[in-house]
Amino acid sequence: MSEKARDAGYDDFLDAVEDGEPYYLEGSEGDGWLPPRSVDPNTGGELSEEPLPEVGELESYTVTQVASPAFVDDAPFVVGVASFGPVGATGMVVGVDPDDVEIGMAVELGVERTETTDDRVLAFHPR
Amino acid sequence: MVRQVPIAGVGMTPFGKSPERTARELFGDAASEAIADAGIEPAAVEEVFYGNFMGEFAEGQGHQGPMAAEAAGVTAPATRFDSACASSGAAVRFGARAVARGDADVALVGGAERMTNLSTADGTSALAAAADALWEVRAGVTFPGAYSLMANRYFHEYGGGREELAHVAVKNHENAVENELAQFQRSIEVEDVLEAPTVCSPFGLYDCSPMSDGASAAVLVSEEYAEEHGLETPVAITGTGQGSDGLALHDRASMVETPAARRAGERAFADAGIEPADVDVAEVHDCFTIAEVLALESLGFYEPGEGLAAAREGETSADGELPVNLSGGLKAKGHPVGATGCAQISEMTKLLRGDHVNSDAVADAEVGVTHNAGGTVASCVVTVLEVMG
Repeated sequence: MSEKARDAGYDDFLDAVEDGEPYYLEGSEGDGWLPPRSVDPNTGGELSEEPLPEVGELESYTVTQVASPAFVDDAPFVVGVASFGPVGATGMVVGVDPDDVEIGMAVELGVERTETTDDRVLAFHPR
Repeated sequence: MVRQVPIAGVGMTPFGKSPERTARELFGDAASEAIADAGIEPAAVEEVFYGNFMGEFAEGQGHQGPMAAEAAGVTAPATRFDSACASSGAAVRFGARAVARGDADVALVGGAERMTNLSTADGTSALAAAADALWEVRAGVTFPGAYSLMANRYFHEYGGGREELAHVAVKNHENAVENELAQFQRSIEVEDVLEAPTVCSPFGLYDCSPMSDGASAAVLVSEEYAEEHGLETPVAITGTGQGSDGLALHDRASMVETPAARRAGERAFADAGIEPADVDVAEVHDCFTIAEVLALESLGFYEPGEGLAAAREGETSADGELPVNLSGGLKAKGHPVGATGCAQISEMTKLLRGDHVNSDAVADAEVGVTHNAGGTVASCVVTVLEVMG
């Protein structure tokens, strides 16, 4: 049985988070993006690799009760959107009681494994 | 548009649970009804534009364009459109453009979706495929989850809460009570919405449109064809617009605005030569209660932050200033995703020509607008329909 192929860009980013060296792709107008991207989606222009800010701000979150099969044993869980400087990301908010999660809270990136499938998942840890 | 495109006929299956019925059978019913309503023969159809989103997942059936044509008894060229829940809205748009450009005199447009043969978990997975598979779905985002993120951000920026959203669901259920095509022909109370089991905070079960099976279709013709063949076409498509946006919410400048819908609306209104104030009735994509609010704001009916109270204040009720989702909307009519966009066209056509059960609420209406969104509005199609003079 063949091993599951990596997803270039995505798995590289998670590796970088685990290595403590996360990065993002910046366009000429200062917009930031997660890989893989060949060009800036807004301008079609070139991108450069830049270090990702360590601390992000939680923009929104939701406590998911009804999960997809890949997360059914993780439910209930909190998933959120956070901005790290010019870059937005979506992650599982971990290490905090769901009742204590607030929009605007400071978070740091991490990589965890899901209860359901043991796959890697991008995570937000409250700072 | 270059030319207005008369709607010669419409058809729609009842929306609801029919897990044993295949998409091809559902579409065959809707298409046959539309063709009969138009008063044409299937052989007159010159091209088929068909929307479907999750056929591979639900039925193991890709390549559904020719399947749809076969089901309709048509041998014309056929193409499937996938823009998630805006799939048949896109199909209608491209069909209308083909007729307006003179590429075809008769187009069959529509869509179908079979969903309730899937378990809730598998249906949740299939719908999540409309989001960013790498960066959202792998973080645990579901379709209700993505809209929950938008709703919570909306409350954070503008205030308000679940009760205002509940009024959207109550209104749309009320509109569906007499609509025999609707999945839920029953009224509900605000308390029912607030006390329902939580799906993703802040949404309870009644904030969410259901899993549904169903199909929709319409026959679009050129004015010349209608005249030559003596077809009755009291309603026409006079404008269309489409917009796209980044797949992932986190890549957008704002989580509480849907610029794809704004752009689609601006283009459709300019196409038709109308302003938002000219619109008498609207069918908008209320896959979740917050989605109706965002649609009203994106289309220019309300300023950002002010659409939330519209349903509570009765402004969008059947007897309000701008009736919204007189069909029951996705919330109560049902949401077989690939069929929804053309179902909005079918229901709006009937509302405007006077043979919808709720037509009396908009007896003098001349301009109707439909808003059909895919994903978290990474796709949006807006269509303007007008009573022909």
